[in-house]
Amino acid sequence: MSEDRLPLLRRITRKEHAAIAFTLDGAPCEGRAGDTLLSAILSRSDSLRRTEFSGEPRAGFCQMGACQDCWVMTETGERLRACTTPLQPGMRIVTMTGKAA
Amino acid sequence: MSTRPQPLVVGAGPAGIRAAEALVAGGLRPLVVDEAPACGGQIYRQRLVPDGRSTRDLYGSEVGKADRLHAAFAAFEGKIDYWPQALLWNLRDGVADIVVAGATRRVSYDGLVLATGATDRVLPVPGWTLPGVFTLGGSQVALKAQGCAIGSRVVFAGSGPLLYLVAWQYMKAGVEVAAVLDAAPASAKLHLIKALPLDPGIVLRGTRFVAELRLRGVAIRTGIEGLRFEGEGRVSGVAWREGGRERRLACDGVGYGLALRSETQLADLAGCAFRFDERDRAWLPLRDAAGRSSVAGVYLAGDGAGIAGADAAERAGERVALALLEDRGLAFDKARAAGLEAELARIARLRDALEAAFPFPAHWAAAIDDATTLCRCEEVTAGTVREAASRFDIGEINRLKAVSRVGMGRCQGRMCAAASAEVLAAATGKPIEAAGRLRAQAPVKPIPLALQLAAEPAKLPEAAE
Amino acid sequence: MSRHLDVDVAVVGGGLVGSSAALALRNMGFGVALLDKGFCGAQASGVNYGGVRRQGRPLEQLPLSQRAHAIWPRLKGLIGIDGEFLRSGHLKLARSEDDMVSLEAYAATVADQGLDLELIGHNGLRERFPWVDGSILGASLCAGDGHANPRLVSAAFASAARRAGAHVLENTAVTGIARNGESFALEAGEGVSLKARFIINSAGAWADRFAADFGEPVPLTRIYPSMIVTEPVAPVMTVNIGMEGGGIYARQVERGNCVVGGERALPLDDPDFSRPRGDGVLAIMNRTAEVFPALRHAQAIRFWSGTEAAMPDRNPVIGFSDTTPGLIHAFGFTGAGFQIAPGVGEVLAELVRDGRTSTPIEAFSISRFSRPTSPADLDRTRYGSGAGPHPEPQPRGAST
Repeated sequence: MSEDRLPLLRRITRKEHAAIAFTLDGAPCEGRAGDTLLSAILSRSDSLRRTEFSGEPRAGFCQMGACQDCWVMTETGERLRACTTPLQPGMRIVTMTGKAA
Repeated sequence: MSTRPQPLVVGAGPAGIRAAEALVAGGLRPLVVDEAPACGGQIYRQRLVPDGRSTRDLYGSEVGKADRLHAAFAAFEGKIDYWPQALLWNLRDGVADIVVAGATRRVSYDGLVLATGATDRVLPVPGWTLPGVFTLGGSQVALKAQGCAIGSRVVFAGSGPLLYLVAWQYMKAGVEVAAVLDAAPASAKLHLIKALPLDPGIVLRGTRFVAELRLRGVAIRTGIEGLRFEGEGRVSGVAWREGGRERRLACDGVGYGLALRSETQLADLAGCAFRFDERDRAWLPLRDAAGRSSVAGVYLAGDGAGIAGADAAERAGERVALALLEDRGLAFDKARAAGLEAELARIARLRDALEAAFPFPAHWAAAIDDATTLCRCEEVTAGTVREAASRFDIGEINRLKAVSRVGMGRCQGRMCAAASAEVLAAATGKPIEAAGRLRAQAPVKPIPLALQLAAEPAKLPEAAE
Repeated sequence: MSRHLDVDVAVVGGGLVGSSAALALRNMGFGVALLDKGFCGAQASGVNYGGVRRQGRPLEQLPLSQRAHAIWPRLKGLIGIDGEFLRSGHLKLARSEDDMVSLEAYAATVADQGLDLELIGHNGLRERFPWVDGSILGASLCAGDGHANPRLVSAAFASAARRAGAHVLENTAVTGIARNGESFALEAGEGVSLKARFIINSAGAWADRFAADFGEPVPLTRIYPSMIVTEPVAPVMTVNIGMEGGGIYARQVERGNCVVGGERALPLDDPDFSRPRGDGVLAIMNRTAEVFPALRHAQAIRFWSGTEAAMPDRNPVIGFSDTTPGLIHAFGFTGAGFQIAPGVGEVLAELVRDGRTSTPIEAFSISRFSRPTSPADLDRTRYGSGAGPHPEPQPRGAST
């Protein structure tokens, strides 16, 4: 999944910051110290979630906690707003945005 | 006096910081609640960790203001209570419900300063929900706070001063800016002449941005129509009309916005009366020159009460704090208050000129295709909204929400309310103010069902560096 | 703006009761004006929970409720939309043995009313409704009950009445009603006057003023049910849920949002309006997470409340006035008016046409509250406008 999709975001700084390991849709992944969850995911992938009604992919919009379009889930079901949540080591994130989803 | 609860300041941007500072100077110890991990608001937002860039790299010409504001906050931080990463989700009559550190608290306050800021205003265009399309503000946050570009070849579209600033910032960061697409006709910029004597710096800076963008070969198109974003699953291009001709550009990221809109939900929950503001084309909480709302003890400052920019926010924040002190019978500097009001009046004139130079393309609303998504949360199309308005003979936006679900989703209409009002007004042929405004409802942002009331005392999060 | 209307029936209050009466009357050929001080269906009718439920109603309401039950599946033909009506079933939960005994007793009481209640024990509940928490001991299922979208249903009845030819006057508060010979003279809004042979008082939480002014004071109180809705989630709840003894009621709409009620909101300074209490919504939210474990991580995205009229015996007032010929009351549904309202509309139309109805409504007579007093002054009755001038085009009120 994330391997065959070009990431949406391109890092300009913090490229050499400490790696933070997390899991994205079951696959091991790395972000960088100082990442929000949104930056970490979209530096690896091109969407964060699918909408409930049409199934369209979404990747956030406002990046400041207003539009509520970047909520993702952990494997145990907790909701996290990706743009306002700092990436933590070991987060297990489910976006259900894989091509087959 | 000492038994009265502390004042509550909501928001730690320029308005909230200056308000808190003046309250501390006046002898009070406010509680400052902010959603961000560190102070600064959106404009002076701080990084989560250092990233090798200087604050000058981050804030450009505004570096002095940013540094001074952050320093001011650090200087009085021991004299306030400060809850970062806290969501105030409900308030009324001196009691606020605030989620902090995973639990919710009920806080009594005496005196409320709402400095809730603003987000981008948008009108839907085809493809605006595609991954890779962000607001102008969001594009700026990605770059400034996260050191990430929203693509490798980026287009910025819309209107407002932010359009050129963000494009320039991306260019400076080494990102290819494919084009700047300005909804306003080139002639609108003549209004900047009126702004020149009010704030030469801001006008010259804007002019420099445009000149430098052109120098680097960035295409700047004005008076564009029929804007749309294209792509399968993510944005891959942008198309527009210009002088009757179709144009198209490939890109992998878009920043889009039509100036800003105020975050007024908490003022509404606090019971403030609203009035229609012609310039912002929005219903805004009523306030006097000092920032007092229609509700005793509730004060409004910064872009959350009407778009005026960061410089005005700092002054308005300080001014409402003086009003709060006065209303509490405490000493305050009258001359200072008058001086602040004079400066705010000058900035208001500047905003009039800027709004004329970057006009909102209200006529786009009528042209939004029926198939275009209007409400991105509930995925309600413009066609659905028009059909509902006609079927139920509706001209008012809360009724429209009731029957169409527009504005009913997670964002509570933040992203679609202004556009829905424009579409409704266009459909009914009535003025925009007749559409009214969406009533705010708690919780102002989503909260989990299992949210628990905090057991006292609880450890509060420490402020980020 | 001055306007005069001469109609057979003036319906005061454009909630679901008034709107459905207006539609039924138009379909019988009567001239009808439907007046509302705000927007039709914007108060309790439009912002209620949306339960379409017979189960749990007192015995005396069941004939009327059954009449309404027959209308719900026909909404599409009647008002042009199905109102998202879903015959999901209504499951009333028992938390204790005592609750279960109550459910059993109710089932026995209404056995011959056609509700077809099914009592379900703990094992059956675990098997058929595994998404209900294991602490629930048992339940009673009414398979024919369901739920619908009040925002749509109420607005659509008013729209249908308008399309059928009723004069629908919104933002037109009735400021005076006087009995004038064989008819009534009404004044409303700014410069609207009406002459009507009949008045239907379907003014909901505002109905007591009109009743009192015709010499029929009623012990009407206001209740402010408090509701929450979650973000859309995967299908969990297959039925409309109630709880014996109260505490929670919940349904999941087809789009995935769960609507949950169970606490009361607080009135604002202007008691026409209310808003949810922070601690009240928190209680509902936590209860939801406990009773439906699959929802424990779901988010609440919106709270609201509405203003409803309640009567001390929990039965509405329906029927002719005892003091004033041509005046018909229909109010006080005590938080349970949504399902029954379309049936009440038909009954009210029959009362106008025939002077009586085929559905028993004696238990709802206004005379049960007081011996009529002599009306003080019926020549001219004035009301302070409850909907004073607002700086905004919409009244602040019960919100959706």
